[in-house]
Amino acid sequence: MAFINQHLLSLILFFPVLAAVIVLCLPKDNLKAIHWTAFGLSLVPFLLTIYLWIQFKAGETGFQFQEQAAWYAAIHSTFHIGVDGLSLTMVLLTTLLTPLALLASFSITDRLKVYMFLFLLLETGMLGVFMSLDLLIFFVFWEVGLVPMYFLINQWGSEKGEREIWKGVKVQSRNYASLKFIIFTMGGSLGLLLAIQLLGVLFQNYDLPVLYQKWNSYTTGTLLGLPVETVKTIAFWAFVIAFAVKVPVWPFHTWLPDAHTEAPTAGSMILAGVLLKLGAYGFLRLVLPLYPVESARYAGWLAFLAVMAIVFGAFAAYGQKDFKRLVAYSSVNHMGFVLLGIAAAAKAIGTQNATIALNGAVLQMFNHGLSAAGMFFLVGVIYERTHTRNLEDYGGLFPLVPVYGGILIFTSMASLGLPGLNGFISEFLVVRGSWPILTVYTAIAMLGLLFTGVYILKGIKNVLHGPLNEHWTEPEHKLTEINTREIFVMAPLMALILVIGVYPAWILDVINKAMLMLFKV
Amino acid sequence: MNFLIWLLPLPPLLAFFAIILFTNKNKALSHGLAVGAAGLSWLGSMIVFVRAVGTQEFGKHFFESAVNWLPTGNTWFQIGVRVDPLSAVVLFFVAWTVLAIFVYSIGYHNFGQPKGDHDLPGLPPHGATIDEDGHKHSVPSIEPMYSRFFAFISLFAFGMFTLVVSNNLLTMFVGWEIMGLCSYLLIGFWYGKKSARDAAIKAFITTRVGDVFMLLGIAWLYSYTGTLTFSQIFTPDVLQKLGNAVAFPLMAMRAPALWPFFSRFSVAGAIGILLFIGTVGKSAQFPLHVWLPDAMEGPTPVSAMIHAATMVSAGVYVAIRVFPLLQADVTGTALAVVAFIGAFTALFAATIAVAQNDIKKVLAYSTISQLGFMIAALGVGAYVAASFHLVTHAFFKALLFLGSGSVIHGMEHGVLHTGAKQVDAQDMFNMGGLRKKMPITFWTFLIGGFALSGFPVLTAGFWSKDEIFAEAFGNGHLVVFFVLALAAFLTAFYTMRQITLTFLGEPRTRVAEHASETTWTMTLPLVVLAVFAVGVGWVGMPEWFTGGLLPNWFHGFVGQTLAELPEEVAFNWIPVVTSLFVALGGLFFGWLAYRNVTTPAEDRLQIPVLKNKYYFDEIYNFLFVRPALWISEKFTSLYMDQIVIDGFLHNLARFSLFLGHAFRNYFDKPVINEFLGDGAGRTVKASGSGLRKIQAGRVQYYMVVSILMLALFAFLYFFLKAGM
Repeated sequence: MAFINQHLLSLILFFPVLAAVIVLCLPKDNLKAIHWTAFGLSLVPFLLTIYLWIQFKAGETGFQFQEQAAWYAAIHSTFHIGVDGLSLTMVLLTTLLTPLALLASFSITDRLKVYMFLFLLLETGMLGVFMSLDLLIFFVFWEVGLVPMYFLINQWGSEKGEREIWKGVKVQSRNYASLKFIIFTMGGSLGLLLAIQLLGVLFQNYDLPVLYQKWNSYTTGTLLGLPVETVKTIAFWAFVIAFAVKVPVWPFHTWLPDAHTEAPTAGSMILAGVLLKLGAYGFLRLVLPLYPVESARYAGWLAFLAVMAIVFGAFAAYGQKDFKRLVAYSSVNHMGFVLLGIAAAAKAIGTQNATIALNGAVLQMFNHGLSAAGMFFLVGVIYERTHTRNLEDYGGLFPLVPVYGGILIFTSMASLGLPGLNGFISEFLVVRGSWPILTVYTAIAMLGLLFTGVYILKGIKNVLHGPLNEHWTEPEHKLTEINTREIFVMAPLMALILVIGVYPAWILDVINKAMLMLFKV
Repeated sequence: MNFLIWLLPLPPLLAFFAIILFTNKNKALSHGLAVGAAGLSWLGSMIVFVRAVGTQEFGKHFFESAVNWLPTGNTWFQIGVRVDPLSAVVLFFVAWTVLAIFVYSIGYHNFGQPKGDHDLPGLPPHGATIDEDGHKHSVPSIEPMYSRFFAFISLFAFGMFTLVVSNNLLTMFVGWEIMGLCSYLLIGFWYGKKSARDAAIKAFITTRVGDVFMLLGIAWLYSYTGTLTFSQIFTPDVLQKLGNAVAFPLMAMRAPALWPFFSRFSVAGAIGILLFIGTVGKSAQFPLHVWLPDAMEGPTPVSAMIHAATMVSAGVYVAIRVFPLLQADVTGTALAVVAFIGAFTALFAATIAVAQNDIKKVLAYSTISQLGFMIAALGVGAYVAASFHLVTHAFFKALLFLGSGSVIHGMEHGVLHTGAKQVDAQDMFNMGGLRKKMPITFWTFLIGGFALSGFPVLTAGFWSKDEIFAEAFGNGHLVVFFVLALAAFLTAFYTMRQITLTFLGEPRTRVAEHASETTWTMTLPLVVLAVFAVGVGWVGMPEWFTGGLLPNWFHGFVGQTLAELPEEVAFNWIPVVTSLFVALGGLFFGWLAYRNVTTPAEDRLQIPVLKNKYYFDEIYNFLFVRPALWISEKFTSLYMDQIVIDGFLHNLARFSLFLGHAFRNYFDKPVINEFLGDGAGRTVKASGSGLRKIQAGRVQYYMVVSILMLALFAFLYFFLKAGM
């Protein structure tokens, strides 16, 4: 027990790697064994995280469960991990969604071992980002997460579809999407890498708690022949762009609809559920604490981009004919609220309004993880049965699949931000926090909130309501009801959506205390 | 007592979950749960109401309790429940109408009837054929989604109870939106019909327009005062602060001369108007009224619930709640806006109602118009009159809606009996003479209609409307007074038109001849509501009528919700006479004009502009829907994302590709490969193959070469030597 307590984070972080290796050793034809082993083993980090949550003391300052080990002594980088309320929330989200995504993958049969292997590696990559307290380790995990996702989209993505990139040149959609995903993200993180190197070389240290202090007290003089202020501004934007791509913020968002649409169902769940949070997490963990002055100075720009994401994301979602693309654009819309909250907080850090906005932003990250994963899964459920994602091919399916219909409406309403469900709490807090700080932007964002309703209802309208499309009642493509396994994927998500909507304090209290400590003035 | 108030909304919520998760296969159990839950909430509400009435100075000693809910930095945001005089009376009518509607729904959805021959979930039941003694005939069939209906209306009731007992704007908003969801689900209950599906979406989106403004108002109020709890906001200090603070300080500072208005317009006014826009959406006021008539696509109990008793009332209830804010605005703008919207809507909707032929559409426009009355009353500062009309209207309009549902049900019976499927069972011109076929429905409908028209003395509608007239007149809002009087005249007129066309005269179709009275589960609620449609008025009779024998209980009770008890206006004959004249005159002319009308062609008021509702749908479609579609389908995802942003990226990729090609074709290939790499190799190879020739292994050849070389060297040796 003492060992577990002392190495809890490492256990959570590296257990998926162990699980991946175990899965690799299984006989490759026994699909059932692979499915269940991978799923069963992925529950271990989740259970450990629950234990972590219970052991975590929300009121204590600083990072908890820290572990530090020598890693790359020559450049003063150590393997330093730890959690506070912010990362804990994200770790919980990751370890919760991974088993659900694996459970959602039971219909995969093609090269299953490799698939599961990649998926478990992906989990480690994501967890590593959330736990790292060393900038170099952070970057390593940041990039580690990309590779499995690239292959998941590229190899297990949807087989149909082509994309014309310029006149006469067409490529397979999943190739296009996976390449766009990895190039976009890597392109964005180039500047991040350079900026990290700058800090590392300057202070001979990559340790975050140390850098928070040293970098912030370093305000005068010249650096690389430029005034520190200029260097800081450049480094600030390097960080911002890297994370903005990941969030994604308008206009860096165009990889997202492609990647989400082409990825396998479980891939989309994780992509929307967790990977997008890495970007927002980067803003909260690195950009705001390392660049408080620059963040405040450019908060207006961040807010502008956030509002563009909110409004155009909602409009674009409404314009889609592909159900999955509609849900994909909804992520742009929802993540825009996260950035709006961050921008507001950046402008007035330390005030109560800022804390409320940050609480909303972090909770919105968690909430969007639940509802977006659920929505993508539900799109996957219907796609597996009908082999089409075109909204116009459905129509009036409610009588055929009443249970699925009920679950879809419930999850859609969470996504729409219906009061009583989780999305409302976080959106309300963001709006409440941003209103006094960024009044005009918040008011414009309401247009996006309105259109959230419009596109959600469009989805329900085309899939469930309206005259029944007789095609799906014919014996050869009879639409079947959602099965028990699939209900089990949705049940935990729906339960959490409802619980957070009704009683958010259990999670919000942890977030609130973390925000107070992280951004005290 | 406070604990009981916390529990009030819960039974319907539990019923909702129980039906959805467990009992949806069992219809009797499902409606049993739903009605039982509504009954429990009703019982609780009555207990609370009685205790409230019995409490001395209840306006000061109201019931309230709160708990911590959201951590916000170093403080907590609290939510809680509160029953004060206003919410007590609202609770009273909500509990009664909800229970009545629940019971009514059992009969309306044909409980106890056989399954339909080819009924599908998502479409209204078409009837079943039964075999009696070898003689086949059609009877109504049970609703295929019977249990689901009860689940939805239970959730709806939960939303309404939550809204009423909330002590703060946030949980009020939660209940408000849950009702919005339920109205969406219930209007689109027969989702297989395209019209129902579209109406549901229209209702949700139109009200959501109001809701986002309301959310901003809530955020603003919360930011400014640090709380959303009524008892903390509606204190003289806070209200004064809000009323004196300038809403748009930048405008006020930069151009006070240009915008004299903005230099004074207060935060209270701005927040009040934002919140009021929420009401405009929910209570279907101009210009967000367009959803309500379409919403008649839902089953009739839904129409009664959404459009009379609860949801639209909730809009007015919220407006009444935030009245102190509206009043606190020093410029008076907020109240003026409210009065204008209310009065305009009252008249404008009444004119449309006159030209409708669908029995439910008439009631729909009538609802919009009556809600306008309440809003206008609020706008002229008549807090109590607005509340009073809210209560009386809830009873008589629920009665009218349920009555119209009973009529339609009776007509549908006739349709099944005669097999005349093409006859529209909702068109009043297909009815006539139903008073004999459906006596209970007729008498109760008559009571409801007279209450709506404001038939003097007897009905509740007279007293509440009269109070509005008196307040508008007494407070000097003459324009509002005249507009409302005109609207009231039209109200009585179209009500009598409706009664005449539906119940009086002789049956105009075979269907109407075979209409029959509905079952007791439908008629009993009608009778109960009819009692209230008459009786509720008595609690608010002004003292000039009772001669001081009875105090105006309603005024004294609800009025104490405000910090200061509003004074009753002084008695004046003009509003009373006006009220008498418009009610009786409207009824008389309505009867006179329509007693002999049998076809729409004979109806002189079928004016296109009225029939088409002043073309609002078309205008909105042109102004908002089509641009939004263009932005969504073309501009954002296609032009901006795929053409501009992706185009830029693709061109970047193309440029990289070009650069790669260029490097490869013009540098790597010719210089590195051809010249340096291949070039070196080729040179060696060429020299090699050249040299190979002299090593062919033939002795003769070597011989010749040797001789030639010898000759060459000999020649060189001598030539060079000679040269030197």
